[in-house]
Amino acid sequence: MAQNSTVLICGEQEEGKITAVTKELLGVGKILAGGLNGKLSALIIGSDIRDSGEEAIVYGADNVYLVEDPLLSQYNPDSYTTAITQACQQIGPSVVLLGHTTMGRDVAGRVAFRLGCFPCMNCTNLDIDSKSLVQTRSVYGGNAIAVVVSRDSQLQLATIKPRAMTPLEPDSSRKGEIENIKVKIDDPAIRTKLVSTTKEEVEGIKLEDARVIVAGGGGIGDAEGFQLLQDFARILGGAVGTTTVPYDEGWVPTTSMVIGDSGKTVKPDLYIAIGIRGASQHITGCSESKLMVAINKDSDAGIFKVSDLGVVADYRKVLPPLIERCKALLAT
Amino acid sequence: MNIVVCVKQVLDPEMPTEKFRLKDNQVISPEGIPLVINPCDAQAVEAALRVKEKHGGKITAITVGTDESKEVVRRALAMGADEGIILTDDAFAGSDSLATAYILAQAIQKIDAVDLVLCGREAADWSMGIVGPVLAERLNLPLITLAKNIELLDNNILKVERIIPDGYQVFEVSLPAVLTVSNEIGLPRLPTGMGIINAVRKEIPVWSNQDINTDVSLIGANAEGLKLLSLSMPERERKCEIVGGETPDEVAGNLAGKLRVAGVI
Repeated sequence: MAQNSTVLICGEQEEGKITAVTKELLGVGKILAGGLNGKLSALIIGSDIRDSGEEAIVYGADNVYLVEDPLLSQYNPDSYTTAITQACQQIGPSVVLLGHTTMGRDVAGRVAFRLGCFPCMNCTNLDIDSKSLVQTRSVYGGNAIAVVVSRDSQLQLATIKPRAMTPLEPDSSRKGEIENIKVKIDDPAIRTKLVSTTKEEVEGIKLEDARVIVAGGGGIGDAEGFQLLQDFARILGGAVGTTTVPYDEGWVPTTSMVIGDSGKTVKPDLYIAIGIRGASQHITGCSESKLMVAINKDSDAGIFKVSDLGVVADYRKVLPPLIERCKALLAT
Repeated sequence: MNIVVCVKQVLDPEMPTEKFRLKDNQVISPEGIPLVINPCDAQAVEAALRVKEKHGGKITAITVGTDESKEVVRRALAMGADEGIILTDDAFAGSDSLATAYILAQAIQKIDAVDLVLCGREAADWSMGIVGPVLAERLNLPLITLAKNIELLDNNILKVERIIPDGYQVFEVSLPAVLTVSNEIGLPRLPTGMGIINAVRKEIPVWSNQDINTDVSLIGANAEGLKLLSLSMPERERKCEIVGGETPDEVAGNLAGKLRVAGVI
């Protein structure tokens, strides 16, 4: 595979629009391409994807490769692994980036193996230092941050953590070529079959979009406690999040509410952590919130060390009047 | 069903954050806190046990490590796994995820008629989550990642629910296959008294590189794909102002007032 200084991002699209993480990939990809004196290319896979190719250029791609194939109309781990691998072999980039998404975390390891490089997963920052990709990531459940560099700088592959990097401002004056490339996918190579997809959408505002998040941990104690958190979040126009404990205990219905290392990363204006001890693996998902507030009856809880405002109290006593007070303030 | 579960020993991720210490770009194992089975790997053992309970079969827990790693295999045995294997060799030391997947693949190929290989979603230390995928490549088997539910259908087809950010996908795959198991599968069972006794009595074979014939140029510290530049603790501390008051209502009023002043409500 002939390498050039291209940074290739594997974009994703939904109904003809590129996803948020694709814009973030283009944002960081632009910086890396600058560091390598190379160009930023986007790869988009699917069917009916020309519009998303144009959108990728608006968000910074110098050129776009489209892989359109009926076998790629919906995501399949086998066909997408094959398609991305073959596209990389044809394009010959020196850096390949994917989102750490449903697709990226599924295919990146296998694509890297087939291309003969080491994949660095879920990076929170990427940079170029003399042609090498410098990769920053959270390790030990958020207790530490590792900065690593690939030993082989010929081809480097990484996935980026959603929401960790900044997209460019869209600019419709950007120009670039859109080119179709062909890949060969054999039927026998597809060994897994996607039967169905079930969305467990939580009612109200999505956690990732919420300006205010009311989050509960093991200290909430039961499902009824979460009802109180729901009431509070509704008053504040926010969403409810959790640590892993309430999901494991069955107090919340879906894993899509979990924030932290094994769940989502959020950056709201206001994060209210209630009955949350403050384990690193949770804090890593919310530590960039603008204002952190902790309500916990244990004054030694680690959560207070990472909060701006704290209340040492049983949430069951303090939350009902807090809801009333906030309601009154919001009415004025 | 012949199931192999890959397990790893890690620093206890549930230990208090303040016990976590670094020195010279390395994690210092805190005294008095034993290493544990990687939580997602315990969940992979749990998933294997659930399949075995319904359909019968044999579960083999396998790890790459040192003599100390016996404990993680014993944990799997105590939960109900039938056999254990430890892969130990000086040549294996310092292997990264790619090399570990290769070592595991060489060993699994020595085990007769494996139907299903289970790995945890990722390890609680480096959280790369690529041993399972690369293992599947090495064994040339299909892979489903992030499984939260596994059901064996007729004709040797496995139905797998795979976690996605707002729900799940259902996949079907013919055995043999590799799966990575996500934490959503639920809490792993605790070992029973009988299980612990069996685990202690059980002879756990140790395989060296002679038994599995890996190409040593692809494993160990010299074959590492990444070079560590630095390991540090994140700066997250904030100055916390404790909001007080005589009664819960007064505390609530003070806090609400501060939130208003901060402009967040």
